[in-house]
Amino acid sequence: MEPDLGLLLNAIVSGLLLGGFYALATMGLTIAFGMLDVVNIAHPTFIILGAFATYLLSMQTGLDPVLACIILLPLFFLFGRYFYDLYYRLFERRGDSAISGLAFFFGILFVFEVSLSMLFGPEQRQIDVPYAWTSFSIGLVDFPLRMVVPCLLALAAFAAITAFFRFTFIGRAVAAVGQDEEALRFVGINPLRIKRLAFGLSLLMAGLAGGGLLLIQPVDPWSGHTFIGRVFAICILGGLASMRGTLVAALLFGVLENMTATYIGPAWSPAVAFGLLLLTLAVRPQGLFAR
Amino acid sequence: MLSEVISPHLAAGRNPALAGARRFYAGVAAVTLGIFLAFHWVGSEYLWFSSYVVLQYVVLATAWNILGGYAGYVNFGSAAFFAVGSYTTVLLYKLGIPSLPLMILAAGGVSGLLGLGMGYLTLRLRGAYFSIATLCLAVLLQTIITNWDFLGGSRGAYIIRPDVSGFFASYVEVLFAVILGLAAGSVCLARIIEKSKLGYGLAAIRDDEIAAEASGVPTLRLKLVATTVSGALMGMAGAPMPYYATFVEPASAFGLSYAVNAMAMPLIGGLKTWLGPVIGALILGSVQQVATVTISSALNLLLVGLLLIAFLILAPQGIMGLLRRRGGRPS
Repeated sequence: MEPDLGLLLNAIVSGLLLGGFYALATMGLTIAFGMLDVVNIAHPTFIILGAFATYLLSMQTGLDPVLACIILLPLFFLFGRYFYDLYYRLFERRGDSAISGLAFFFGILFVFEVSLSMLFGPEQRQIDVPYAWTSFSIGLVDFPLRMVVPCLLALAAFAAITAFFRFTFIGRAVAAVGQDEEALRFVGINPLRIKRLAFGLSLLMAGLAGGGLLLIQPVDPWSGHTFIGRVFAICILGGLASMRGTLVAALLFGVLENMTATYIGPAWSPAVAFGLLLLTLAVRPQGLFAR
Repeated sequence: MLSEVISPHLAAGRNPALAGARRFYAGVAAVTLGIFLAFHWVGSEYLWFSSYVVLQYVVLATAWNILGGYAGYVNFGSAAFFAVGSYTTVLLYKLGIPSLPLMILAAGGVSGLLGLGMGYLTLRLRGAYFSIATLCLAVLLQTIITNWDFLGGSRGAYIIRPDVSGFFASYVEVLFAVILGLAAGSVCLARIIEKSKLGYGLAAIRDDEIAAEASGVPTLRLKLVATTVSGALMGMAGAPMPYYATFVEPASAFGLSYAVNAMAMPLIGGLKTWLGPVIGALILGSVQQVATVTISSALNLLLVGLLLIAFLILAPQGIMGLLRRRGGRPS
């Protein structure tokens, strides 16, 4: 029994660590899709973009990838802010954002992936940091640092963003803009300004997730595909606009996926995302944690 | 007079709609036959080979348009339906039933069922959920096929083309004729849907689904018919592919380029009519064939993506919209 218990505990703990990273990857989408109603299907591609930017800066300067990623965050924020401006001008204001908006993000996904693979080639990139392959263990359970660091990043980002939404005026405005734009106008805030800020925040989170991803696995320009299903499944499962829901759903999802990989086979773990997504959509489309 | 009252079909000559339909079918038959004979007369292997890809995109774009253009539901998973069609062919081939007509029918059946199931689970929700689910479906099916050793797994599967004799110069010409027939058939089907009650119902869904539902349009049923037909056509487009390439592997069969092209072509051509995807597929398909030979295949994918975005921004109504504006009729 002893080794089996160890296997189970390890599967759960590494599932939780993985889930932490999934939360990091999804929180940005929760802002864009859940709060702003922007179906940003290219979110995982922006994560990959973040990973490549982090890789480049870290390789050029020899900085730790986590540090390099944090240095790049303002750039991601600005990119998101101006990207939303563009999207808003071109599609949302015109009113026919449904088909064209979706197709636009799909086109963006495709263009960025092809450009990345043309610029950097199709090979996988990874950064060797000294702590990446060390791990500490408590009892039977191993904690590999390359999973622990992204998870800690996720928890820090979660704490920061939750505090921002709860305790600052602007943060509350961001949380409110998806619910009632008119009400925002009444208290004298320009909803467009808030949405720009929120989308900037969304891409900032994508960039941070990119840095985390670089620690976890080698990244190639097409790595984003397997995350599309995951992040949307988690976002919907978490009740769309709730950060806490996203975190809980991501942890649950990580454990479920890791159990599948351990007990059925790693090749089948992408099926978890799809199965869970379809199940959620068919049975409880408002998500597990809807208000 | 009496016959006109009892059965309007007998008086087809005087009914403008039916006369139009007749002219349309005659036109499609003439163009199809004309292309086939002209190409046979030229007898160029390369011409058949490259036209095959363009015609395959005509089928794929027309299929996408039945759901995306008529009903306004965006399918990101065209590659999945297409690949399932290809792999149905591989399955039948491995089972020792190498009959292309049967394979095309089976592929249509399997992909149609897939579309029906997909739609049944997601179409009750807002449109975006359907789109996300189709994208995930592609990832899931690719996982299944990659793990399915009987179909070649990740290494891929080889197909040996049968010999031909008689009228056809080579098997490539046979495949060309098959895909030409499929293209003609799907264009006719698209026009039939467009002009039927189903088409008007789908248009009502596209314009305002809640209003359509409220005025008695059976929205879910119409959408399910559309996903099934659209999926089946995509599968049929993929069925001859293994014979064309003589080799199939999951990474290329599920390639994102099919999904992007299937969507970009109708969007560039124009969404609301059967002609839009045909124009889009002919232009974009030919440009890509030329660009693949003269520039590079990676760059031509980038070109498709950029053209898609450019058209979305500058000409949301597509080429048909531009033509209409030129003709003085604002859309």
